[in-house]
Amino acid sequence: MKNSVYLTVYVRLYANTKNYIGGVDMNNKNQLSIKSIVAIGIGAALFFVLGRFVAIPSPVPNTTINIQYGILGVFSIIYGPVVGILTGFIGHTLIDLSWGSPWWSWIIASGVFGLIAGLAKKNINIESGNFGGKQIAAFNIFQVLGHVAAWVVVAPVLDILIYNEPVEKLFAQGAFAAVSNSISTAIVGTIILVAYAKTRTKEGSLNKEN
Amino acid sequence: MSAILSYVERDSVIHKMTGTTKLFFFLFWSIAAMITYDTRVLVGMFLLGCVFFKISKLKWSEISFALIFMFTLMAINIIGIYVFAPEQGVEIYGTRHVLTELFWKYSITTEQLFYMFNFLMKYMAVIPVALLFIMTTNPSEFAASMNKIGISYRVGYAVAIALRYIPDVQRDYREISQAQQARGISLGKEEKTLDRIKNSAAILFPLVLSSIQRIETISNAMELRGFGKHKKRTWIMERPMVKRDYIGITLGAVVMIISITMMFVNGGRYFNPFI
Repeated sequence: MKNSVYLTVYVRLYANTKNYIGGVDMNNKNQLSIKSIVAIGIGAALFFVLGRFVAIPSPVPNTTINIQYGILGVFSIIYGPVVGILTGFIGHTLIDLSWGSPWWSWIIASGVFGLIAGLAKKNINIESGNFGGKQIAAFNIFQVLGHVAAWVVVAPVLDILIYNEPVEKLFAQGAFAAVSNSISTAIVGTIILVAYAKTRTKEGSLNKEN
Repeated sequence: MSAILSYVERDSVIHKMTGTTKLFFFLFWSIAAMITYDTRVLVGMFLLGCVFFKISKLKWSEISFALIFMFTLMAINIIGIYVFAPEQGVEIYGTRHVLTELFWKYSITTEQLFYMFNFLMKYMAVIPVALLFIMTTNPSEFAASMNKIGISYRVGYAVAIALRYIPDVQRDYREISQAQQARGISLGKEEKTLDRIKNSAAILFPLVLSSIQRIETISNAMELRGFGKHKKRTWIMERPMVKRDYIGITLGAVVMIISITMMFVNGGRYFNPFI
């Protein structure tokens, strides 16, 4: 009796790994897999803690370096674009709410960054342990694209639509955010992904002995 | 670690309302404030928001630190607007009443002052209601409320997990960062900016690994309990809607409708006192 329970558990866990590929539940099409749900939750908690409590002073007075986007980039590569968009959106909403008022245009922009960074997952199979020059380039191209799209396109356009702020101010602000976030994501994201890839078992690392 | 806004238990009508009501109300209110630039609507919303705040029995001292932070942000924003576009108001309202000429392209016009006042009010109109939403809604009710307004319960659950694990992640971060500091890895001013970012990766990597571990554990536990088997689920914190909830939601909807109607009345988003 007991053995059969263990067996069921084992079979279910095994079925797990087979059924949930790419963030989508294969039994239940168009639904988030359990792993993605949890990754979004924990990712958003990380994003919140890093964005809200960790203040690394930057060279410009009274501004801080946003290291949370490095982590968001890492999560997007490991868990894919769907997790990326929701992690950015929820994490940023929680940060803003903890200050008292949400800034929707920038919240949506964080989601857009997670989405675009996650698109690089197609070119990077981090679980196979390969994260060399090519993959580093792919990650950084997508993350820079993501930051440009988020802070130079999405956030300013929404700010113009909602608040009708002056265009020059928004783009100056957006360009600064895009450059500083890209730099911090490039450093933090790349270092962590390289280290993470080393913890994975490399594809084809086992040879059959004759 | 700085102070943070969170749920405060009180005995008030607003606390008694369901999370769903407050989420609806907050969304309607945010949309209303985003759409309109009509000074009268914004000032009205701000005053009404302050009344609700009074009803909620929350104290000024509980929000003052957040307000100071927000005012600083808004001040920076408004200065930024003036530095980059001193004639934004003139462009919007189409007239130009100069109060004083300063230097170069900078002069103070009534239109610019009025525009900046409206910009400020757009935030001020939302702040009291946003504060109420955060401080009178039990976080355990969030997921149920999100599901109630039509968001997939899976996403609601992700939010619930985030709220549940913020303290754990925070503790992990503190432990790892202290351990790394003991080894001489610092994030302080004495390091160069690029080194600071590099050093932060040394703290973040163990944090990412422990988080991935956590994700594995939690998702296995949820899987074993059959999470996601059904299309719907029930929530232990869900409360039935009563009369006050319907009144609350209706009030929020009315404010949103007024905001939209004023757009047609004014023939645009702006209320223009200059013509």
